[in-house]
Amino acid sequence: MGTYIARRLALMPLLLLGVVTVVFVVSRTASVDPIASIVPERLLGNEEIVSAARARWGLDKSAPEQYALYIKNLAQGDMGTSFRTKQPVGSDIADKLPATLELTLAALAVAIVIGIPAGIAAAIKRDTWIDHTVRLFALVGSSLPVFWTGLILLYIFFTQLGIAPGPGRIDLRATPPNGVTGLYTVDAVLAGDFGQAWDALRHLMLPAFVLGWAVLGIIARMVRASMLEVLNQDYIRTARAKGLTGRQVIFTHALRNALIPTVTILGLSLAALLTGAVLTETVFAWPGLGSYAVESTRGLDLPAVMGVAIFGGAMFVIANLAIDISYGIIDPRIRVS
Amino acid sequence: MGALTTRSPQARIRKPKWMTLPVVLGGAVILFWVLTALTVQWWAPHDPISIVDTRLLGPSWDHPLGTDALGRDVLSRTLYGARASMPVAAGVIVSALLLGGVVGAVAGFFGGWVDSFLMRLTDMVMAFPPILLAMVIAATLGVGIRNAAIAMTLVWWPGYARLLRGQFMAVKSYDHVIAAESLGASQFRLMTKHILPIAFTPLLVVSTMDFGGVVLLAASLSFIGLGAVPPFPEWGSMISEGSRRFYDYWIALGPGIAILTVVLGANFIGDGIRDLLDPRTKS
Repeated sequence: MGTYIARRLALMPLLLLGVVTVVFVVSRTASVDPIASIVPERLLGNEEIVSAARARWGLDKSAPEQYALYIKNLAQGDMGTSFRTKQPVGSDIADKLPATLELTLAALAVAIVIGIPAGIAAAIKRDTWIDHTVRLFALVGSSLPVFWTGLILLYIFFTQLGIAPGPGRIDLRATPPNGVTGLYTVDAVLAGDFGQAWDALRHLMLPAFVLGWAVLGIIARMVRASMLEVLNQDYIRTARAKGLTGRQVIFTHALRNALIPTVTILGLSLAALLTGAVLTETVFAWPGLGSYAVESTRGLDLPAVMGVAIFGGAMFVIANLAIDISYGIIDPRIRVS
Repeated sequence: MGALTTRSPQARIRKPKWMTLPVVLGGAVILFWVLTALTVQWWAPHDPISIVDTRLLGPSWDHPLGTDALGRDVLSRTLYGARASMPVAAGVIVSALLLGGVVGAVAGFFGGWVDSFLMRLTDMVMAFPPILLAMVIAATLGVGIRNAAIAMTLVWWPGYARLLRGQFMAVKSYDHVIAAESLGASQFRLMTKHILPIAFTPLLVVSTMDFGGVVLLAASLSFIGLGAVPPFPEWGSMISEGSRRFYDYWIALGPGIAILTVVLGANFIGDGIRDLLDPRTKS
């Protein structure tokens, strides 16, 4: 186990370099000249201004030079300057990250809180209407385009029923809470402003549900399958034979082992979560990394797009490694070997 | 004698194991959309691109799904949308199978540094959340449905490469392959005639299950504005138009249901296959 972790950790910088390289290579194949998104259209004919802009943004250098420069800057934490916001991409990302974090954590909580019990229930009541309902609900969730679900739910709960707030993180007229975490719900509670905490929570509910539903299917399916496997084991039969109640068998004997493989599925749901976040944020005007990525992509803001892609890739790599390692720690069978 | 006559008539005509309600239902839905994509020009109520009525009409007898912000018939546009989504999804899966298949076959067959190099390459692509990389590629290639398809292919192949590589490594050492090799079969012949036919079945299964996911990704890219270009009817971009007209829910209703049914249909089939293959869910 120790050598496995060491090997994975050693490979990590290489993989991260790979992430940067892929993004860099892709960005160089741009069929659209990035200068078009820097210089206003009416000035594009002006040679002097265009070449000055090229020099200013380093676009006059050769590709290998640009690559070396990009890596060097990146190593110093500098991801370049956004064409669009004229801010360092790094600080843009830092600004947007908390919103995305708040949304994805809330969605993951929704997915786990509903997904795990649903998966257990489906496995215990296998082939009954409970099982079928859970599976259908889960499958519909992973088949729904989140950007459409969000729209429809906003239409129903915001425009028609008026019981949910509109898009955004908090009331438009309110000043965001000043806090260390950047998670509005947490910051508002820390500041003791429970009215605002409630407002932030209300804004969070719909997007978190939409995104959580999309991820829930993966979790419920995995829990169900692994619960079914565990319920077939000899030690479960032994537990039943020695007279334990069904509840005891399920909760003290079966559940622990059934949940182990579910940890790995967090890795898979992470991809779904990040993908869904990009789209959910767009629908709910949620000012996070997803919206930032979409706006930058539309504006062909290369440094910003590259920065977000590299950041996203790096987070994904690190999270997957953490999940693999924790899997080894949780499951004694792996820890020993 | 006894053994033969004890079999009941029902046992002999028992339906095949894969034929469950969800699989049949999913198959029917997919078939509907495939047929729609092929024949819609003969029976769609209106032209999908021309303006046929007043703009923003709610659902009515003439326009069951209303008209959009330009006065085009939403139902007709939704039906025509199958012409974008179905071929794009099929095209992406086939291209990804080819690309990933070649990479996986070469890696698994030759092993050594070729294998290491190719597998590190797949690791790099798989290091990204798919939509993020697809967005970057689609954005740099320029907006358009073909470029979006290229972007999706470039994101989608690594899974297939890994799968086929594993298969090739296993089948490579089968007796019949070694026999063919000692008879002097070329490497190309070994790969295509002796290994591939055995190795590719799991790939076929997985790629079938991926269909829904690709439809969803394609619609997502279009929704962001990186896919189909207006006025071409495409489900994702239609929903994007609908999201700009918040109170006129019907603009997004049709395309959303279309995506949901296609993806759900594909996932029903995929789930059926998974149940059939997963030993854990067998009773």
